[in-house]
Amino acid sequence: MDRFRMIFQYFQSNSESVMNGICGLLALASVKMYTCFDFSCPCLPQYNMAYGLGIMFVPPIALFLCGLILNRQSLVMLEEWRRPQGRRKKDLAVIRYMCSSIMQRAMVAPVVWIIVTLLDGKCLICAFSGSVDPKKFVGFANASPVQVQQLLAKVPCKDDELIRNNTSRKAVSRYLRCWSQALGWSILLILIVAAFLIRWLRPCFNQATLLQARHWSNYIDIEQKIFEETCCEHSRLFAHKCILHFFESMRQEIKLHSCSLPREGEGTEGEEDLLWGITDQDQVNKLLKMWYYEKPPLDVSQVTQR
Amino acid sequence: MDKFRMIFQFLQSNQESFMNGICGIMALASAQMYSAFDFNCPCLPHYNLAYGLGILLVPPFILFLLGFVLNNNISMLAEEWRRPQGQRGKDPAVLRYMFCSMAQRAMIAPAVWVSVTLLDGKCITCAFCTSVPVETLGNASHPGLSQGEMKRVLARIPCKEIYDGQEFIANEVAVRYLRCISQALGWCFVLLMTTLAFLVRSLRPCFTQAAFLKSRYWSHYIDIERKLFDETCAEHARSFAKVCIQQFFEGMSTDLAAARCHPPRKAPADAGEAAEKLLGITDQGTMNVALKSWHRCKPPLHLHPPALPSSNGWAGEKQPPTHPPAPRREMAAYYSRV
Repeated sequence: MDRFRMIFQYFQSNSESVMNGICGLLALASVKMYTCFDFSCPCLPQYNMAYGLGIMFVPPIALFLCGLILNRQSLVMLEEWRRPQGRRKKDLAVIRYMCSSIMQRAMVAPVVWIIVTLLDGKCLICAFSGSVDPKKFVGFANASPVQVQQLLAKVPCKDDELIRNNTSRKAVSRYLRCWSQALGWSILLILIVAAFLIRWLRPCFNQATLLQARHWSNYIDIEQKIFEETCCEHSRLFAHKCILHFFESMRQEIKLHSCSLPREGEGTEGEEDLLWGITDQDQVNKLLKMWYYEKPPLDVSQVTQR
Repeated sequence: MDKFRMIFQFLQSNQESFMNGICGIMALASAQMYSAFDFNCPCLPHYNLAYGLGILLVPPFILFLLGFVLNNNISMLAEEWRRPQGQRGKDPAVLRYMFCSMAQRAMIAPAVWVSVTLLDGKCITCAFCTSVPVETLGNASHPGLSQGEMKRVLARIPCKEIYDGQEFIANEVAVRYLRCISQALGWCFVLLMTTLAFLVRSLRPCFTQAAFLKSRYWSHYIDIERKLFDETCAEHARSFAKVCIQQFFEGMSTDLAAARCHPPRKAPADAGEAAEKLLGITDQGTMNVALKSWHRCKPPLHLHPPALPSSNGWAGEKQPPTHPPAPRREMAAYYSRV
C-alpha cells in the first residue's frame, strides 16, 4: 500500500502540472503547425476572403476541441455532471470551477494560433486585399472597376504576371500587414491584461468558495483514479482465484477417475502440488480443451468461503 | 508472486498508455512517411486521377490494418468472440467495447495521413487538374482544341517543365486554385475528425456510463485471466518437465544396472548431494547411452504417480511396492534395443 500512496501523492500534486504541460505542448504544436503549413492564397476575387478567414478560424476550433479531448479532467467533469444524485449531493460550484479551468486551458492553443496568424499577416492580406479602397493607391488609377478587383485580388501573389510590376502592390501589402499586426498586438495586450486582472482580483472575491471548489475537484479526480486502480487489483485477484479453482476442480476429477491406484506419497498432499495431479499428456490436453470449450463460470464464492 | 503482481499492475495501469504510445508513434511515422515519399504525378489524362486518389486512399487503409495488427489485444478479442459459451455467458457489450477501443486507436494514423496529404495539396492537384474551370480562370477563347486535347494539356499542370498550355490558363493560377481547394478540404476533414472524437468522448458519460464501467472491467479481466492462465500453465509445464526428466534418468540407470546384472550401487551415506545428482550414471558409456536414448526415443508424457516432487528425487533405496511392473518392463525392452 505504501507504493500506492506514493503514486497517488504524485498524481495529486501533479495533476495540475500534467494538464499545464499538455496545454503548453498544444500551444507549441499550433505554432509549429502554422510554420509548416504552406499558405497559398488563391488570388481569385471570390475565394480570397473565404480562404483567408477560413485559415484564421477553422484550425483554432479544431485546436480547441483537441484541447478538450486531451484533457482528462473534462471527462471527470462530465461524469460528475451527469451522475445520478444518489446519496451524494452535487455541488454546482465544483462543476463550474472544473469547467472554467478546462476552458481556460483549452483556449490557449487557439488564441496562440490566431495571434501568430495576425502577427504574420498573410491571412489578412489574402482575405482583405479585395476590400481595400483603390483610390488610395496610385497603381490602380487607370483601370476599370472589374480590372481593379482582379488586380487587388492578386496582390498576395507576388509572382503573378499581372501584378508583378505594379507599383502599388507592395503598398497595399504593407498597409494590410500593418493593420494585421496592430490587431494582433492589441488582442495580445487585451488578453494579457484580462488574465492579469482576473488572477489578481480573484482572491478579493469568494476565496473560501474557491478553495473549497478546488479541493473537491481534486478529490473527485483522485477518487476516480483510485477506483480504477482498485478495480484492476480486484480483477487480478478474481482471475487468480478463478484459475486456481479451475485447476483444483480438474485435480478432483482426475482423483475420482483414478481412485483405484492408491497414492503412496501421503506427505505430498501437504505440500503445494505444482502439478495439480495432472501428470499425463492426455490430462493436460483435456485441461486445455476444457479451458477453451467451457471456461469456468465467473463465480469464486466457493473458493473464498473456505 | 509478488514480482508478478507488480509487473501486472504496471502493465494494467499502463496498458492504456502503452497503446496510446504506439498510436502516437504510428501517427508520427505516417507523417514522416508522407514527407519521405517522392510524389510523382504521371501527368497523363486518365492516370492522374487513379494515381492521386490511390496515394490519398490506399496508404491510410494499410495503416488502419497495421494499427490492428500491432495491437496485442486483437487476438484476445478474436478468442473471446469465438469461444464456445460453456459455463460462462458471453457479453456482446464487452466485445463491442474491445473492438471500439481498438478501432479508435487504429484510426489515428490514417486520419493523419489523409490530413497531411490534403493540406500539402499535391494529390488533389494531380488528381483533379483536368477538371480546372478554364472558362473562369483562364482564357477559354481557343476553339481549336478538342476535349481530348484540352484534357491532355491540362493533365500536365502538375509537371511544370512540360506544361504547354500557358495561353489557356497560367500554371500558377491553376496550381493555386487546386491547392486552395485541397487545403480547404484538409482543414474541413481535420475539423470533422476532431468534432467526431469530441462527440464520442463526451457523449459517453452522458448516456452509457454504467454499461461502460462494466465493459471496461470485464475486458481488463479477460486480459488478466489470459495472462495468469498462461503463467500457471508455464509453471505446470516446468514441473512436469522436471519430473519427466528425473524419471527418465532414474529409469535409465535402473535398467542399465539390471542389464549388467548387479544391483544398483548404493550411494555411500556421506557422498553428499553431488552423488545424488549423478542419478547413478557414473561412466562415459552409460552417459552416451542415456543421451542417445533421449534423442532416439523420448519418454512418454506420463508421470508415474509415486514419483511426484519430493525433496529427494532419487528413489534408489525404496522400490515402490504398488507400482505395476508392466510399464517398467516396457521401458526396459525399449531401451535395450538402443
